[in-house]
Parts: sequence; structure tokens; C-alpha cells
Amino acid sequence: MSGLLRCAGIDIGSRSVELVVMEGETVVHSRIAPSGFDPLASANALLAETHYDRLIATGYGRHLLELAQDVETVTEIKAYARGAGHALPGCRTVLDIGGQDVKAISIGDNGRVVKFEMNDRCAAGSGKFLEIMAHTLGYTLEEFGPAALTAQHDVSINSMCTVFAESEVTSLLHKGASRADIALAVHRSIVKRAVGMVNRVAVTEPLLFAGGGALNPCTRRLLAEALGMEIHVPEAPQMLGALGAARLSP
Amino acid sequence: MSEDYRKMWEGLGLDLAAHDALLSVLGQGYQQLFLSQKNRPAGMGYFDFVMSEVHGLRVKELLDAKAAGRKVIGAFCLFVPEEIVLAADGVMVGLCTGADFATEKAEELLPRNTCALIKSMFGFKLGRVCPYMESCDMIVGENTCDGKKKAYESFGALVDNLYVMDMPQMKSPQGRDLLKSEYYRFLKAVEELTGVTIDAARLKKGIAVVNNKRKAVQRLAKLRAADPAPISGLDALLVNQIFFYDDPVRFTASVNALCDELEQRITKNEGVFAAGTPRILMAGCPMAVPNWKVPAIVEGSGAVIVGEESCIGERGTRTLVKDSAPDLYGLMDAITDRYFTIDCAIFTPNPSRTEHIHEMKSACKADGVIHYGLPFCQPYQMEAIPIEKKLTANGIPVMRLETDYSSEDAGQLKTRVEAFVELLK
Repeated sequence: MSGLLRCAGIDIGSRSVELVVMEGETVVHSRIAPSGFDPLASANALLAETHYDRLIATGYGRHLLELAQDVETVTEIKAYARGAGHALPGCRTVLDIGGQDVKAISIGDNGRVVKFEMNDRCAAGSGKFLEIMAHTLGYTLEEFGPAALTAQHDVSINSMCTVFAESEVTSLLHKGASRADIALAVHRSIVKRAVGMVNRVAVTEPLLFAGGGALNPCTRRLLAEALGMEIHVPEAPQMLGALGAARLSP
Repeated sequence: MSEDYRKMWEGLGLDLAAHDALLSVLGQGYQQLFLSQKNRPAGMGYFDFVMSEVHGLRVKELLDAKAAGRKVIGAFCLFVPEEIVLAADGVMVGLCTGADFATEKAEELLPRNTCALIKSMFGFKLGRVCPYMESCDMIVGENTCDGKKKAYESFGALVDNLYVMDMPQMKSPQGRDLLKSEYYRFLKAVEELTGVTIDAARLKKGIAVVNNKRKAVQRLAKLRAADPAPISGLDALLVNQIFFYDDPVRFTASVNALCDELEQRITKNEGVFAAGTPRILMAGCPMAVPNWKVPAIVEGSGAVIVGEESCIGERGTRTLVKDSAPDLYGLMDAITDRYFTIDCAIFTPNPSRTEHIHEMKSACKADGVIHYGLPFCQPYQMEAIPIEKKLTANGIPVMRLETDYSSEDAGQLKTRVEAFVELLK
């Protein structure tokens, strides 16, 4: 065993809970589990699997741990910025498409957050939106991106509201549009919104794309096209918040 | 609450069950947000008392005043000159607009996409839960934004005593003329209502009372520049909210007593938050009682609010009326000049507001600015964008929030506010 402190970060998100334990700059343990309907229990189960000296919580449920165990918390914004510095040294912009939230973060020379944008009140354009649209079109979330990349024709989706977009999708299906074409339109619409957010924080390269949304190949490709730059995706894009929290915990 | 109050509310035609529910929520919210704060100044005791009696003793005072022949005039906006009301021995009160109430009923008369403040004004009336509204001999509406001016057309059918004041939209000589003529029209309407003829001496008295009230809150605003902050933003906001409800002379004395205490605190380097706590200036839409959501989130996120660039805050209090003119005409000119300095976002263009935010930022030693806009309040929402650009260009961190009186966005709001506070540290 090394003599280094084991610094843990836990990201209690709307869809999943991620835990990262680091010794120095090395990740020695990382786990992901669904948040379920009892995110505190999910978090505690992950924490029970390992040991650590310090812990910081982030994500939607961060205050659950703060209340239950007096654990220090940071916001996802700060955690993602800090995680980005590890995943992509010199990173200046982070885009995160998560389960409920979309965030764009501009990072200064010193690795600190300079400006950020985040959706308010509604999960429009987030992973939840993709998930519901995939379901409406009869795809699994894993199938959704690859299927969209096989589209042949241009159709468009205008609504960002999930319920309105579902009506739009239904209406397109009833006009005879193929589901792959509609799938591409759905991806285009969320990328358009994400690009708007990234531009509002002043996009600077290099850009890191994180969150569950970054696992989707169609989103990645459309984003690179729209921004006209290389899009870096970390090895485990959903873990960036937990990684950042772990790096903040010493 | 005493039985007398229930009889009084019944007499005013309130829906007692709904009113009980409102007071219970208000009481719980107050307990949770205000009374639980640490190191509160003892001088806040008076304001706690006023809030605990907000629909009780204060309403009884209004009804007693009415019984003694005085008239009660209710207003929604700080462009309504209290000086003129007081000159005619009237009482002026700000009306309820800070909470969602009877929204479904309001939406039968208003589009859903109407700002929460306007919906609330209808909700309080339709739900019959605002004793102030029911006590008024005259309710003054004002043609500020398009939402309000059209809403008063429908509101006029709900009350039999609505008086609507027109408002200029440009700070031109013609705009000033319009405001002045509207103030003369209002003076006549107040004279007719009260049966009192307003002369220079009466108006001077009214000006003195309101100026003193403004001077007291100006003094409070200055003391908040100290680090550590001697008073929380929530408590200071409460004082600014009670500004619109309370007896002006008693209010002035209570604010001055609070300020004496805060001065001692500052000398002793005593505060409500640790020295070096991130300091935030709130700017934008008004926060009427009990709209405490955003300040509670900000101060619950490890920051302290040190100023309000708001209608409930410095926008309405930072300038005084000159009282040197010898006659009524000169005093009416002075009143017009004073109110014409208010940099409400209904004015176009409105550069003085951005300048004022800059000045306030320096004066209260704020680290960052949170611009608060109510959804569907176009004047403030639109103005927020160039203000953010200008402030950001000058190196001032700014965050724009848009939120109403509901709690559906509490999670995202808390994350955004906390992240902004982290950025200031």
C-alpha cells in the first residue's frame, strides 16, 4: 500500500452515482451504479465497497450526503472543471450532457471556472430527452446514436420540450418519415442547443465533452461538425464529476 | 391569532380557510428562513413583530384609520407618490404580489405566460386572501409594462376602486411632462377621495415623512458595506419589504434603531457571516413579500447579499424629494423630478440603471452580481442581457437568473447559485 492519501469523489447524479478514488494523480478505484429511487442508499453502497481518507460529494444529491454524514460538497460545475484538468490537461471548455442537466463551462488559465451556463428548471436537451426520444422511436439508448448515423434524409425537430417533441416525432412518423431520419433530427436538435450554450460561455479549445451524452457517437460527430473543432471525450465521460470531486478532496 | 382578527377578516370578505392556509405557509416559511438565522441583530425583533402581525395588527390599524376618516390607498408600484397620499392624511400600502395564489383562477383571466407578479395580484384578489386589497378606498394601477397595463383592464372589473396612472417610457422633456401631469391628476383624485385640499404646507409634511423613511433605509444600505456584513441580505430585504406596509414614522424610527445597533456591531467587527464571505449584489425585478426564494438560496449557499438594486431596495429609495420650493407647484415639480430619476426597465433607453449597478457594486463592495428576472417580464429580462455584457466586460462576475415564485426549479437553481458563489471565492 502506498503512503498516499486516498481521496474519494462521489457524484450523485439524477441517473447514476459515480465514485472515484485517487491516490495522488492516479485513479485507484472507480464504480458506477444507478441512482434508483434511493440515491443515498446507492451512494452508501458504493462507498461501502472501498475505503478512503477524504471524501467530497457532488451532483444533484450532494446535499443528501452532506446532511446524512456531514460530507463536504462542491457543485458539479466546479467538479467538472477540476476533473477536466485531469482528463485533458489544459482543457479550456467543458460541455456536459448529463441525465437532467446540460452544462457548458469556460475554464481559465489557472483551471478555475470563469463562466458557466446551465439549463434552468427543465431537463430539455439533456440525456433524459435523448432517452425518451429513443424510447418513442423504439430504440435502446445504446442503439440510438448509431441508428441516427444511418439516416438518409433530412427532417427536423423543432421542439426542445420533451412532451412537445414527442408529439412532433409522432407526427413525423405518421407522415412516413423513417425512424433513423427522425433519430438524426433529434440528435441535431440537442446539439444545436448545446452549441448555443457553449457559445455563450465563449468556446476556447481544447474542448472536453463529458457526461453520458458523450457516449453517443452521433452527438459527438454533430458537435464536432457544428463547432468546427476537435472534440475530446474522456475514457469514462460520466465519471468526470466524481473524478473532479476526488481531485478536490485532499 | 385572536378572534378579533378573524372577525375583522370576515368583515373584509376574506376566504378564511384559504387565508388560514396562506398564513400558516407564511409563518412556517418565516420561521425557517428568518428566525433560524444566526447572529441576527436584536433590532430585527421589531420587523419580526410586524411580519407576525402582517395581516393582523397592521390591518386593524388601517381599519382604525378608516374609522377615523382617513382613506387607504393601495399601490403596486413605487411610481405612486406616497407624499401626495400623506399630504391628504391618507395611508398608503403596498399590495400583495409575492406568492402564487389561486393561479388557476388567475389563468381564467390572464394568459398562462404572464409574469408571476401580475398573476399573483389577480390570485390574491380572486382567492380573497389579501386584507390590504380589501381595505383600500382606492387601488392605484400604473401603466408600466405591457403586461401590467393590459392586466389592469381586467383587474378593473374585479374591484370597484381602481385608478390607473399612465407612465412615460422615455426620459425626455415630453416624458417628464406626462409624469407631471399624471401626478397632478393623481393629486386631484386623492383630494376628491379624501375631501382634503392639499396645499404646500401639507405636501411639505408628506415629503418630510417619506424623505425620512428613505434616509433611514439609505443609512441601512450604507452600513451593509462593512465586512463582516452586520446584517443578512434576507433581513435587509425584509426591512425593504416592510417599507411598503408599515406606518412610515414608526418604521423610520425602527430602521434608525436597527442602524444604531449595526453601527456598534461594525465598531466591534461583528457580523452575521465571517469576514471574507463572498458578497453579492442582487439586481433586477422586485421581490415582494413573501418572495424570499432566491435570497434564501444565495445565503444558504455561503454568500451574503449586500445590496438590492430593485424596486424593493435602492431603486425606490436612493433619491429624495427636494423640499425647498415655497409653493405647491414647485413642490410638485420636485416630486416629478425625484420620481423621474427612478431607472425602471420600462424606460428606453435606460443607461442610468447600468451605471447605478456599477456604483452600487463598488459602494457595497460586492464581488459579483446576480440579476434576477421574473419569467415573462420582458423589460427586465431583455435589459439583463446588455447589463451582463457590460458588467462582464468590466470584469464583474454576473449571473442571470430567471425564476418565479414556484419551487419546481429549486435543484437547478441551487446548483447554479452555489457554482456562482464558488466562482467568487
